[in-house]
Amino acid sequence: MINTPLFDTTSLMAALPEIFLLSAIVVVLLLDLFLTKPFKQVTYYLTQLSLLTTGVLAFNLIGEPETIILGNSFILDDMASVFKVFMMVAAMVAMVYSRHYLLQHSLFRGEYFVLVMLSILGMMVMVSGHSLLTLYLGLEILSLSLYTLIAIARNRAGAVEAALKYFVLGAIASGLLLYGMSMIYGISGSLNISEIAVFANSATLASREVLIINFGLVFLVIGIAFKLGAVPFHMWVPDVYQGAPTSVTMFISTVPKIAAVAMLVRLLIDGLGAMQPYWSDLFTVLAILSIVLGSIVALLQTNIKRLLAYSTISHIGFVLLGFATGVITGYGAAVFYILVYVLMSLAAFGVIILLNKKGFEADLISDYKGLSAHSPWSALMMLIIMLSMAGIPPFIGFYAKLFILQQVISSGMITVAIIVVVFAVISAYYYLQIIKSMYFEDGDEAQESIPAPIDIQLVVSINAVLILVVGLFPDFWMQLALSLF
Amino acid sequence: MSFDQILFYVFSFWFIAASLAMIFSRNAAKAVLFLILAFFSAASIWILLEAEFLAITLILVYVGAVMVLFLFVIKMLNIDKSSLRAKFASYLPLGLIVAAIIAAEMALVLGNNQFGLEMMAAPARHAADYSNITVLALQLYTDYVYPFELAAVLLLIAIIAAITLVHRNEGNRKTQNIAEQVSVKAKDRVYLVSITTPNKEGK
Repeated sequence: MINTPLFDTTSLMAALPEIFLLSAIVVVLLLDLFLTKPFKQVTYYLTQLSLLTTGVLAFNLIGEPETIILGNSFILDDMASVFKVFMMVAAMVAMVYSRHYLLQHSLFRGEYFVLVMLSILGMMVMVSGHSLLTLYLGLEILSLSLYTLIAIARNRAGAVEAALKYFVLGAIASGLLLYGMSMIYGISGSLNISEIAVFANSATLASREVLIINFGLVFLVIGIAFKLGAVPFHMWVPDVYQGAPTSVTMFISTVPKIAAVAMLVRLLIDGLGAMQPYWSDLFTVLAILSIVLGSIVALLQTNIKRLLAYSTISHIGFVLLGFATGVITGYGAAVFYILVYVLMSLAAFGVIILLNKKGFEADLISDYKGLSAHSPWSALMMLIIMLSMAGIPPFIGFYAKLFILQQVISSGMITVAIIVVVFAVISAYYYLQIIKSMYFEDGDEAQESIPAPIDIQLVVSINAVLILVVGLFPDFWMQLALSLF
Repeated sequence: MSFDQILFYVFSFWFIAASLAMIFSRNAAKAVLFLILAFFSAASIWILLEAEFLAITLILVYVGAVMVLFLFVIKMLNIDKSSLRAKFASYLPLGLIVAAIIAAEMALVLGNNQFGLEMMAAPARHAADYSNITVLALQLYTDYVYPFELAAVLLLIAIIAAITLVHRNEGNRKTQNIAEQVSVKAKDRVYLVSITTPNKEGK
């Protein structure tokens, strides 16, 4: 009766990035305790080194044949490796920006970096998850770290409120996701993604089995939509973006979105690909609502973090639209879009953090009045980012929207495409409004340019210039995104 | 109806009744006690399903440790119930409508047509010498070693999070100095002062 279980340690090499990162986390966590005040920066440098090494390890695994290890709950394929490399690069950039912010607002603590690394570990688990159980555990590791990161500025009432709101709504979303997973497990009898795929694909599926799978599917889609922040599960996004410390907002709005997309691919395309006609419809509705609401409500915002929150919501709408097409080229376009979005969002928050001063957060749109006069370089960076987000060629944001729209039109959803284009034009208004206040309005008082450390200035510049450079040859990146499916 | 089924219905009834009582209880301490009853009924149902180890763990961990901790917290915090209930009534009608719709829709999907005994056969009974714990242990440390380790990471995060959020800077922390406490002499702590008692007139 007791089957001899198979546990092969030689196959663990496929999980080397995760194993290394967890070991590094424990080392940094313990080392941080023994560092005295003047040496606290060591934690930051060790974090960057750990992320870099993890990224290199993941990069070396690109091109390896698909392997499923650890009791069929961990998958290594090109998508996992490529996503991990992108996540590491984005996290390293985010950490450069974060340090500047944390030092200025006296929030610099070793735990911040440990929690960021733990959340990245959770995301890596999600990206490589091949069973409902590991996907869920990865999500929880990610979420718990994020809740704490938001509340780390516990002296600010806004941060505590944001953390609590995110925590309560996140717990409900996790509950819904788990309920959906339990339904899928109940009917298919397996937690394993490939076994679920075999079950959902079988021709002899009774109608009641299809019904139960769809019932679970709805809850899965709700859980994923919550994590991505799609309408109508977006309630937490603006408040959390505004309330959290800007460095945490930047982190939440970038790297975890890649992981959420990876979870979507694992659950719905790898696992329930046979149910594609059902979830496509759900995604189309979510996407249209997100684009419409994200574009219109953003027009009324005066806080730039809130504005970027609604901008995220409409970007997520485009990503979901790519998945809604139900064809591989559409999935590729969606993955391309999310990576481009992460690049743009990182740069936007980078400029916001660059303009921070001690005791002053540049988070109102009016704070950007006359920016071109006193810091022309930052204003130029912001100009590139805003034009790219609005989807104006030759910046990369244009191609991201173009690829999505091409797929939407070629799959015959003409009405949807028209709605989306109309609202994309409307959304251009609020991006242009920021440009207007930077270049054509005078600041209230004469401000001198803000001295910032050279590392953050350099990284922000590279980040913003990449938006232009990548935009010059988008086909290479699109091919890369397509090769993942 | 077999004896098993009667037991199942009895435990299920108490489970549902206790859960409802917990939600609607106005007193937080009573709610915790109802929750304990709910856990106890759930554990009994698990025993009927031959999952003895899980049932015992539920009682030991949740009833024995977590719920006792809950009671302590509730007794220590003075929760102002009126402010919690302030908006309850205004949200109630909408909440009830939404809840009723969701419950009706779920009942359609999860009814006997889909999950009845004709559709889902009862699992086969194990022999008397079947050891639940052995199977669980073997599975947990081999096939499920990855989720098991991830759960450990989750607990690590909980510890880090709790300390990060609660730990204040060193200035206002109260710590013991053991050496100082041990070497203390009676004259350091107690000193006698002679006071002249005032007379009745207060002079």
